Amino acid sequence: METILFLAHTEADGSLGKPALEALGVCQGLQKSLPGVQFAAALVGETTQPGADAIAGCGASRFLAVSGPDFGQSRYASDAAAAEALCRAAQATLVVAPATSRWNRVLPGVAQRLGGRVDTHVTGVSTDGAKPAINRWYYRQRMEAQLSRAQRPWFILIDPGSQPAAPIAAGHAAVEAVAIPLPDSCKRTQVTGLRVPAADAQTIRPDARLLFVTGAGWTKKQADGQTHVPEAEKLIRGFLQLTRASLGSSKSLVDLGGEGQAVLSFLTHLNQVGQTGSTPRHPKGLSTCCHGEEPHTVGWRFINERRAISLDPNCGWARGKADVLYVADAFAVMTRVNALLETQKPA
Amino acid sequence: MSNSYQIVVCGSIVPDPLQTLEPVTGPAGPALKNEMILPAVLDPWAGHALYEAANLARQLPGSKVHLVSLGPKAKLQQVMMTVAQKVPFELAALDGPANGFTDPSETAAALAEAIQGIAGLDKSRLLVFGGWESASRGAGATMQMVGERLGIVDQFQGVDALKVNPDGSFEILERIEGGRHQVSRCAGPPALLGWATGNLPEPKNNPQVGMTNMRTVMPALQRAKAVKTGTEGVTFASVALPRQQRETRIVKDASPEEIAREIVDWLKQ
Ligand SMILES: Cc1cc2nc3c(=O)[nH]c(=O)nc-3n(C[C@H](O)[C@H](O)[C@H](O)COP(=O)(O)OP(=O)(O)OC[C@H]3O[C@@H](n4cnc5c(N)ncnc54)[C@H](O)[C@@H]3O)c2cc1C
Repeated sequence: METILFLAHTEADGSLGKPALEALGVCQGLQKSLPGVQFAAALVGETTQPGADAIAGCGASRFLAVSGPDFGQSRYASDAAAAEALCRAAQATLVVAPATSRWNRVLPGVAQRLGGRVDTHVTGVSTDGAKPAINRWYYRQRMEAQLSRAQRPWFILIDPGSQPAAPIAAGHAAVEAVAIPLPDSCKRTQVTGLRVPAADAQTIRPDARLLFVTGAGWTKKQADGQTHVPEAEKLIRGFLQLTRASLGSSKSLVDLGGEGQAVLSFLTHLNQVGQTGSTPRHPKGLSTCCHGEEPHTVGWRFINERRAISLDPNCGWARGKADVLYVADAFAVMTRVNALLETQKPA
Repeated sequence: MSNSYQIVVCGSIVPDPLQTLEPVTGPAGPALKNEMILPAVLDPWAGHALYEAANLARQLPGSKVHLVSLGPKAKLQQVMMTVAQKVPFELAALDGPANGFTDPSETAAALAEAIQGIAGLDKSRLLVFGGWESASRGAGATMQMVGERLGIVDQFQGVDALKVNPDGSFEILERIEGGRHQVSRCAGPPALLGWATGNLPEPKNNPQVGMTNMRTVMPALQRAKAVKTGTEGVTFASVALPRQQRETRIVKDASPEEIAREIVDWLKQ
């Protein structure tokens, strides 16, 4: 018989983020479809009671928590100790957790510590009779597998945005505190802060409805034999301001920065989408001046509606990678797009 | 010597990302069609880890870089011909499957054993580097498991920068959500870092470095121990390419005005 453990970390204010509620929805689905299953919830964080109360009605029969100042920061050594203690206390066989950067960094290590196995970037969980199975992608989103495992505990990290968040009744949760003495050897690292781009350079917006991708074409010589980088920068910035889209880029464009060429000043490797970049999730994506080569478009796996503007009618987008390809000059089109959006702006 | 590090980089090979990949079912579970004849490259994020390691070692004399690589020996040899020209390192090779379907825990066991087998390993000066996710499995799990097996609990993933402070402590930047970095201070080695892109361009080929490396690379490949890594306990119900190929509508002779209007209407939907 399986014991499912929903394992989440709280945010700084003790609440649970959306990815946690999505993973919780998966636990509830498993609880319904697996016969005789036990279901517990466990939280880690500086404060955990608000988070536990927010999910008091989730159906878990136990609530466990490791709390305290040592567990507020996203640090491998303390998070691993906390997660290990909670999994042991719950005697978990299936550990379902959100694939946040904090948990991605530590739960595979905890699986190793407990002699278990782990699947990260899980995009679906189903049950076939009494056996849970998961879906995940291989080779950077090139092929999708469905698999199940015999070993326990089995850690399943649910990719944020891949599942609906569970609607849960709040209440009061009776939380069992799990105390763990944290040795000095687990405090050699201190998280000292965050490095966040200045507000106007904050172009990565995971919750945006649109991913706007810029490619190297924006910096290439145009029909008049000249480059137009300042103009490109103005058009792109203008579009981002008008739409609040999230900015993605091809590798070629962000790499130009490293080679000392004139580039768009607000782009970094963090904007890069694809094989060695990110695979963001947005309902729509618009690509401009990008060729749509496979190492780039694998990063579009979770973009539903896709359109592209490129001068090249034979680019990758034309070959089944986009729904619509506009064979046109992106400078000309985006100038007009911005003008139209400007006129439609609420006063 | 107290200022120098032993940097062990774990990195293997993956199919060139420009190749079309197709899954097949083999006797030992899923595999790639024509895996042995697909051109391979050094796994990109592990490559960044190697270049960062070499850069760090150059700054701190007495430091040494080891590359531990698990892959089919013949393919490893091909890829090492190029990689060996990039930066100085000493290779420890393991002969075994490198495809994305092998389980990270099995790969980690083999890698950790190889690291422990490095002659003269001093754990108090040890930095273990790797890519934070591979281009094959893309799990971000192997390195953490290697760290656990070596007893290293100062671990970092998605690393873009490592700075050594004058007191020997590290400042480390890790990628987190929303295009931000988390900044940590770590007391010093031993530590494990799974690298993202970092800040260094790919080094140019240097035939002289290649020649020096090859003196140890070839014997290491000849010595490569065969390891059995697989997918014990895993049942794959299916491995498939995405079914959806889009019917692209190609709009060729529309004016910029028409296209702009269509795009704005679409954005509003
Ligand atoms: C190991 C490895 C990993 C990689 N990882 C990634 C990755 O993560 N992400 C990634 O993106 N790539 C990656 N690549 C690189 C990838 O193969 C391509 O080289 C890259 O995506 C090309 O970028 P691009 O389309 O912007 O540039 P280009 O190929 O130069 O294309 C520019 C396009 O702009 C068009 N253009 C020019 N001017 C205009 C205009 N005025 N209007 C409209 N269109 C115009 C041109 O027609 C052309 O189609 C990787 C490659 C390797 C080998």
